[in-house]
Parts: sequence; C-alpha cells; structure tokens
Amino acid sequence: MNAFLVMCLFTFFLGGIFGTLQSLDKMQVDWYNFLPGPLRGLYYLGLTVHGVTLALMFVTFFIIPLLNLAVVHALKRPLKSRGLAQWSFWISLAGLVTTLVPVFMNQATVLWTFYAPLKAHPLFYTGLAFIVIGTWTTALNAYLTWRDWKREHPDERTPLQAFATLATWAMWVIASVGIAVSALYYLWPWSAGITDSINPLLTRSLYWFTGHPLVYFWLLPAYLSWYTMLPAQVGGRLFSESLARLVFLLFLPLAIPTGFHHMYTDPGVHANTKLVHAVLTFAVIFPSLITAFTVLASVEEGARRNGGKGLLAWVLALPWLSNPSVAGQLLAMLVFAMGGITGLINATFTMNLIVHNTLWVPGHFHTQVAGAVTLTFMAISYWMVPLLTGRALWGRKWAVIQVWLWAFGTMIMARGMHWMGIAGVPRRTFLSRAPYANFEEWEIAGLLVGWGGVILTVSALVWGVVLFMTAFVSKAPAKEEVPEAKPLIEAETMPALLDRITPWVVATLVLVAIAWLPPLYQIAVAHPSVRGWVLW
Amino acid sequence: MHIDRYERIWIIISALVLAALFGVLLYSYYGQGIHLETNVAQLHPAEAHATAPFDNPGLRQVGPKEYEAVMIAQAWAFNPREISVPVGSTVNFTMTSVDVIHGFKIQGTTVNRMVIPGQVTRARYTFTKPGEYLFVCHEYCGAGHHVMSGVIHVEE
Repeated sequence: MNAFLVMCLFTFFLGGIFGTLQSLDKMQVDWYNFLPGPLRGLYYLGLTVHGVTLALMFVTFFIIPLLNLAVVHALKRPLKSRGLAQWSFWISLAGLVTTLVPVFMNQATVLWTFYAPLKAHPLFYTGLAFIVIGTWTTALNAYLTWRDWKREHPDERTPLQAFATLATWAMWVIASVGIAVSALYYLWPWSAGITDSINPLLTRSLYWFTGHPLVYFWLLPAYLSWYTMLPAQVGGRLFSESLARLVFLLFLPLAIPTGFHHMYTDPGVHANTKLVHAVLTFAVIFPSLITAFTVLASVEEGARRNGGKGLLAWVLALPWLSNPSVAGQLLAMLVFAMGGITGLINATFTMNLIVHNTLWVPGHFHTQVAGAVTLTFMAISYWMVPLLTGRALWGRKWAVIQVWLWAFGTMIMARGMHWMGIAGVPRRTFLSRAPYANFEEWEIAGLLVGWGGVILTVSALVWGVVLFMTAFVSKAPAKEEVPEAKPLIEAETMPALLDRITPWVVATLVLVAIAWLPPLYQIAVAHPSVRGWVLW
Repeated sequence: MHIDRYERIWIIISALVLAALFGVLLYSYYGQGIHLETNVAQLHPAEAHATAPFDNPGLRQVGPKEYEAVMIAQAWAFNPREISVPVGSTVNFTMTSVDVIHGFKIQGTTVNRMVIPGQVTRARYTFTKPGEYLFVCHEYCGAGHHVMSGVIHVEE
C-alpha cells in the first residue's frame, strides 16, 4: 500500500508542475521556454503529462490503497491474495513507466483523451491498458476477500464500507471495458502498423463510455469517506445507512449510460441518442442530491453532540481550524456543490453550446476532481499516512493551512476559468502564443486562473512537506485507525436488495446495452475509417 | 425501509427540481428550436477535395439573405479563413476535416461544433448584429492548434 502512495505522490507532483505552467499561461506568463532542453516550448506535451498523470494515475494510485484499507478494515481480515496485490502493484508500475516514457519522448503528445486519428506510440496505449488491468486485479482481490468472508458469515449483512467498495469496483470494472477495448483492440494494432486505418468516432465514443463513469470512480471513494468515515471523525453517526447503500447502488446503472453528453456537438451521432444520455445524466445527479442531505445531517449530528447549537450556528462547532482531515473534507463538499451546479449547465445541451470545449469545461471538472476529490484524498491522507507508517501526523497546523489554501486556490482558479469560458476562450490551447488571444479583455479572469494556480502550487508543496515529515521525521507513534461511523437510523428494516450487488449489475448491463449498443453498432459499421496523423 | 421525514421531503424536492430542469431543456430544444448536431452524412477525408461541395470551399449565396459556407478544417487552418456577409444574413455552414478532429466555435454565437474526419458537420446561424466574429478551433489538433482561427465580417 505504501508503494502505491509513493507512485501516487510521484504522479501528483509530476503532473502538478505542468498544472502550474498552464495556469500561468492563462495570464500570459509563458514559462515554457524555461523547460529543460527537449521539453522546451512544448505546451501540449506538458498538457498530456498533466492529464495522464493526474486524471488517470494519481487518483487511481490513491483509490487502490484506500479501497483495500476499507475492505480489510470492514471485513476484519487480510486481502485474500497477497500475490494478487503485489501483481496489482507491478502491473500499475509497468503502466506508469510504459505510458510516460513515450510521452516524455514526445512520441505521444495526444493529451489524456488520445482522440484518434492523432497517432501515439504503441507503448502509450499498452501502458494505459496496464493501468486499467492494475485496477481490475485489485477489484478481483476485493471480491475474493468478500467471498471468503461471506462463506463464513452467510447470514450477516456486508458491512457498509466493504459494500460501498464492492459497488464502486463493480461500476468501474464494467465502465472500463470501453477504454480497454479501444486501447487494445483498435488503437494499439493501428499504432503498431497491424491495421492501417481507424474509425475516429468509434474510438472517441468508446473513450467516453469509460470517460464519464471515470469521474464516479474518482468520486465514489470520496463518498465512501464522506458517508462512512467523516461522521465518525466529527463525533457523529451516519444518518441513514439504507440511503447510503442506495446511493452507491444507484451509481451502478446510472454512471455509464451518460457518456454521449461529452459529444453533444459531434456530427455522426444522432440527436435522439444524445437526448437519451441527457435524461440519464440528469438522473445521475439524483444520488448526489441524496448525498447532500445524508452527509450534512450526519455532520450536523456530530456537531450538535460537540455542543453545536442553533439553526445554523452548529456549523461553527465543527473543527474547521483544528482537524485538517475534517476541514479538508468539509471544504471539498463546498467546492463540489459549486461544481454540481456548473455540471447541470453542461448537461443541458442547449446551454452547452455556449460553453462546450471552452475553458469553462476544465473550470467545471477542476472543481470536481482537483477540488472535491483531490482535497478529500488529501484530507484522508492526514489519517491514512500516519496509519500506514505508524508515525503521528507532523505539522497539524500546516495541514490545516494546506487544505484551506487548496480550497481557495481551486475556487479562484475555477472562477477565472468559467469566466474565460463564457468569454469564448477555447480549452487545451497555448493561449500565450495564440494570435487571436485578447488578454486585455480577459485580464481579470486570467489573473484569477494564474494566481489560483499559484495558490494551488503552494498548497501542493505544503502537502508534500507534511507527508514527508510525517513519514520520515515524526517521532511520536500514530494512534490512528480507519474511521468508521455507526448508523443513526439502524437499517433493520432494510430491503434485501440493498445488500446485494448482482441484481444491480444485471440492471446496469441491460441499461448500458440499451443506451450504448445501438449507437456504437451504427458508428462501427456505417462510419469511415481514416489514416493516422502525427502532428506535433 | 425507514426514511426520515425531512429526508423524504428533500428527496421529493430533489427529484422535482431535476425533472423541472429537464423540462426546461426539452422546451429549449423543441420549443425554441435550438438544434443539436445530429448524424448528417459521411465522406472519406482522402476524397473530400474531390467531392462536392468540398471540392469548392467558400461562401455562396443560395437565396435572399441566405448563404452557404463550405469549409474545410485541416491542421492548422480553416479554408476559407475569412468570409464576409451582410448583416441579417443566415449562413449555413457545411464542414469536414481532412486530417484529425477539429472544433469550430464562432465567438458570441451558439455555433459550436466538432469537425471529425469522415463526418459532415452542419450549423446554421443568423447574424443580426454587424461586427467581426472570431472563430477558433477548440479541439487539440497538434502543435499549431492555437493558431487555427478565422473571422467572419458581418457588414452593414
């Protein structure tokens, strides 16, 4: 597990460096010429590193140890196979190296979406497949561990933390089939010269088959913490266990049949298909609205037990300035709520015409993944790293400052990005060198993005220092354990369906087949395949 | 299954709000006639330069105040990169890409489309105000992506 966290931090800081440069570019500070020799001036190489390391690797390498901890803690037994766990690590490490080597050799400057017919080095697609397979082996291990537990406890309900973990893995394993098929069956043979053409709309669709549920693969581990850990950390209980289970289960059928909302403006996809995916996109917001109530009610109960009073004044009884793990997660929720609203705007495909592929879109997903998810993971790290290293957290005050800086940095940067997006500034564009860039008009928005990025950079460095000092310098022994909240409303009368995953998997497969197979079939058979291009 | 009364109320409100927002979306789509890109036509990018209408890119008048703009997107320029129309004109854009995926967004309008090799992209817009309308490629298309742009002159 520690080895995964080392890879997690490595990819975080590697991708973060380019994040800093990108945010500065938005206020016309072009530092790309200061990059060392072969990287000099290469904005899009940096952008590829930023997306691949942060969105595909950093989060995954945090989620794997977190979900393993949740299963081991909840089922009170070690993982079924130590060998499988080691294989997960070596496959993931192989994925990290094989993906990043061609990227840094400027052989795969295709961004993290790798839309064909931009053609990357074959190793790039192999490496991405390894990353996915590393998650599958971890999921298998969690399942086998649960199966052994179930054999010994046939009449017991699966503990919530283990149940939520299994639901998350089930969703992800189904969702990641799209990217795996795209990378291994279509892109790799084409890039290796075995096939000579590619259907760009098909690989793009398969990308978004996985690409949207990917955000729930980031989010559900954060929800796991908000539901089952945070209430205990504030001295409260989980408001309703049944609804917590329902929320995790609802993400199974609803997360995947939404991907065409990333392709609202694409030709070659029928408008009715887009409409179906729009309905389901609105539906998948529903479990997050339930979460808003259940998690806040749980936190409120904890605050009142600690002397919180009044209609709203109980909020002040929460440890905003004394407990970095709690403060970080509460701030993450605030940022997440903002991003939920901008997400609704994106989902509304008529309004989406104003913002599609502008800086608004990275503004939105930075509140969600850089804000809510990453900040929650940072907050979790403040108990997880002490637990795994056996050393008490070093510099608690610094940790508190760090989470506040991260929340403010995200909000300031995202505010600027949304603003520039509304003004029509395209995303993934080297603005400092774009002849049409009108920095006078965007000035304040650009400054928000740039300085927001600077605040995030400072916060990232503080996080790194706190974790380093905790792991290597801190002398006091850690007293941490995995937080686990007891339910306030006991789930005694809970329907049996809320303790089973198989029926939900079946429902998911049916819904996915209805929403994806007809358009994918039509795209695969009716649309032309084209040659590849290396344009960087 | 026991659900707390307040939570039950919240869940109902959540569902109603989402349904209402979706209703607004349907109204804007069907009622206000804001159209979404759909499946138009396919052509092979290698044959685009020899296939009508892409063998002759440019602007042509097809009716009173009605124009067709045939455009080819390629790394890293639009062809044509400048067009001029009188104010009040409706322009029907017909586009394709001859290499990789590009984007097409006209600033200050609702024209926002992907341009994908092998696919024909259509968009329609009525320019009711005079001015210079910048259009840009908004999908990464290689090292020169940030120079890919053009302008529509809407003249009095």
